Amino acid sequence: MTAVAASGTRAGASPVNPVTKLGCALLLSIALVLSLDWVSATVALLLEIPLFLAAGLRPRTFLLRTLPVWVAAPGAAATIALYGRVSGEVHFSFALATVSDGSLELALATLLRVLAIGLPAIVLFVTVDPTDLADGLGQIARLPSRFVLGALAGLRLVGLFVQDWRSLELARRARGVADQGRLRRFAGQAFALLVLSIRRGSKLATAMEARGFGASNRRTWARPSTLGRADAVLLAWTLVIAGGAITSAVVAGTWNFLGR
Amino acid sequence: MGTNGAAVRARGWGWRHAGRSAWAVRDLDLDVEPGERILLLGASGAGKSTLLHALAGVLGGEDEGETQGSLLLDGALPEAERGRAGLLLQDPDSQVILSRVGDDVAFGCENLRVPRDEIWRRVPLALADVGLALPLDHPTSELSGGQKQRLALAGVLAMRPGLLLLDEPTANLDPEGVREVRDAVGRVTETTGATLIVVEHRVDVWRDLVDRVVVLAPGGGVLAEGPPDEVLGREGARLAESGVWVTDELPATLRRPGTRTGDALLEADGLAVARVAGRPVASGIDLALVAGTALAVTGPNGAGKSTLGLTLAGLLKPAGGDLRTTASLARGAGPAPHAWRSRELLTRIGTVFQDPEHQFLAPTVRRELEVGPAALRLPVSEIAERVDSLLDRLRLSGLADANPFTLSGGEKRRLSVATVLATRPDVLVLDEPTFGQDSRTWRELVGILAELLDDGAAVVAVTHDTLLVRALAGRELRLTAPPTPSAPTVAVPSGSRR
Repeated sequence: MTAVAASGTRAGASPVNPVTKLGCALLLSIALVLSLDWVSATVALLLEIPLFLAAGLRPRTFLLRTLPVWVAAPGAAATIALYGRVSGEVHFSFALATVSDGSLELALATLLRVLAIGLPAIVLFVTVDPTDLADGLGQIARLPSRFVLGALAGLRLVGLFVQDWRSLELARRARGVADQGRLRRFAGQAFALLVLSIRRGSKLATAMEARGFGASNRRTWARPSTLGRADAVLLAWTLVIAGGAITSAVVAGTWNFLGR
Repeated sequence: MGTNGAAVRARGWGWRHAGRSAWAVRDLDLDVEPGERILLLGASGAGKSTLLHALAGVLGGEDEGETQGSLLLDGALPEAERGRAGLLLQDPDSQVILSRVGDDVAFGCENLRVPRDEIWRRVPLALADVGLALPLDHPTSELSGGQKQRLALAGVLAMRPGLLLLDEPTANLDPEGVREVRDAVGRVTETTGATLIVVEHRVDVWRDLVDRVVVLAPGGGVLAEGPPDEVLGREGARLAESGVWVTDELPATLRRPGTRTGDALLEADGLAVARVAGRPVASGIDLALVAGTALAVTGPNGAGKSTLGLTLAGLLKPAGGDLRTTASLARGAGPAPHAWRSRELLTRIGTVFQDPEHQFLAPTVRRELEVGPAALRLPVSEIAERVDSLLDRLRLSGLADANPFTLSGGEKRRLSVATVLATRPDVLVLDEPTFGQDSRTWRELVGILAELLDDGAAVVAVTHDTLLVRALAGRELRLTAPPTPSAPTVAVPSGSRR
């Protein structure tokens, strides 16, 4: 597309359409919440390794971005180990907490599952640009453009809200009311932010209307959003991961629909 | 790339917002020829913005309000001609729609169903017209206020409108930004032949660029119209009274020179200031604030003026260097104002924020004024007395029970100043107090500051407004642009500037 090359806005963009990434992340999480067992999660994690490598993230970036998952997974596992369903030999018991063979197995399954769902979701989304995603949702997923572009424009206001919040905080100190009643002040400040954000939102809406937004449901798209070979490859590999995980669990006999 | 200008024809036109009893505009008869350039004036509340929004077709349908008479754009209803008129609004921040420059300019074209190839032909042309030489993937979040306004103008121009509508496009800009936008508008009306209607309080900005001045009457209809010099000569006094900046001359109310000055209150030595810890935006600042004198902090956007103001106000911790209050200001509260308790600030340093809405806390104007005195635990009778006198002095008595958020821009500014005066601080720090204000509010504000100075208070004003700097007749601290680790600063007496 010469027009897009001329626009210069796609430099360095990933060849995979953001809509495909969104769909694949969704597909993986659905496949992996169907059964709570360690085999399907392990197989999925192993099959996801090529995906992580193909994403082209540097190891440091990969670790930093996925840090929340690495923290959340052991946390969830520890909870399940202590409070999960008791079965088999009981190793340890204190108050409500009971560690048994069964709860340990569930804990392992949980740990692997959080990683198997969380890691690819983050890796797929780190490289998504919100504008590209909106273009894709409008042109490929055919979601209503008003909704998609309204949300995209609204997203830009988040940065302004952060600034507003800081100013509100300083202003309360200046007004002499910041010495006590922290909780009540927080509530008041949150309400003030809500009022400010509604105002900003309606101003933005007027600015968008002034540029012809909402005059008609039809529009042209300056940036084409297309599907190509890369999208087919990602989708195919996602199906391999999902299928492989489910099949191996069924074959190994560990498949348990929704943990039953 | 000539676009033919659009014609406007209003006959007995009026508009009333749903749920209001008064008409925003009524009985308007107006003809604008294709290619004509018009400056639209009128007191606040005369319906200037309403007219522009109506011409842009964004007033909304019947559930938003009711219409009388007719308003036609090239003989058709404006709503049916979306894109024929392009509207530029006041607030630069709320007009940026997308995150990359090129995409933002393209947005209007997409909505008008312009073919893709044609869009990308128009985008660079529009950016060139407004003088924005930036790559198309430049992030819009990194633009200055003036650049954002020019970007929005480029977005409007790319739609190739026959009528350009500008609603106070330079009210929130620094002098540099005002020039940028005005020059861009001059260039594009020249090259496209588009009709222009601009609303602005500051007449001098547009005077040489327009063919005709139209003054809307507050009660409805047109008060006066004609060539700029003729109308401004005849109606100048009345316009000035209603808040229009007829000239950029210093309004009459001025501080009497040579009043007494007092003790030093606040001293900075090699001060560095930062909003985010570890990232100072200005440093090496030396200053002394003396009772009964004013200090104007000036400089371009991004030089750290507001951050310095907030630091002097005891709201931000200094990032480096020394900031200490003298005993006559601290009065036992310790030398570092950022370490004071919130309540201790009230009688010592008051802050007026750039956006008044950030500092409103109460559901009514009266309760808003009571917040500070109540935090000081003053007796009820004393609180009532102070609040009543402030309501009176700042012309807010009629609004005592109104919600602060529903006030007009000028009223909000007066209230935000009044809330600070209620606790009688020795130092007053104001961040862009005159931004976007009409000349009437401006005069009142300067009058109040002059009184405070005469009473021995010290005033720090962070401002772009050269008139305010002159009116305060104090010292000027000019911060310089690049936020490099050690931005040099110069303090010069206000008389010796170029």
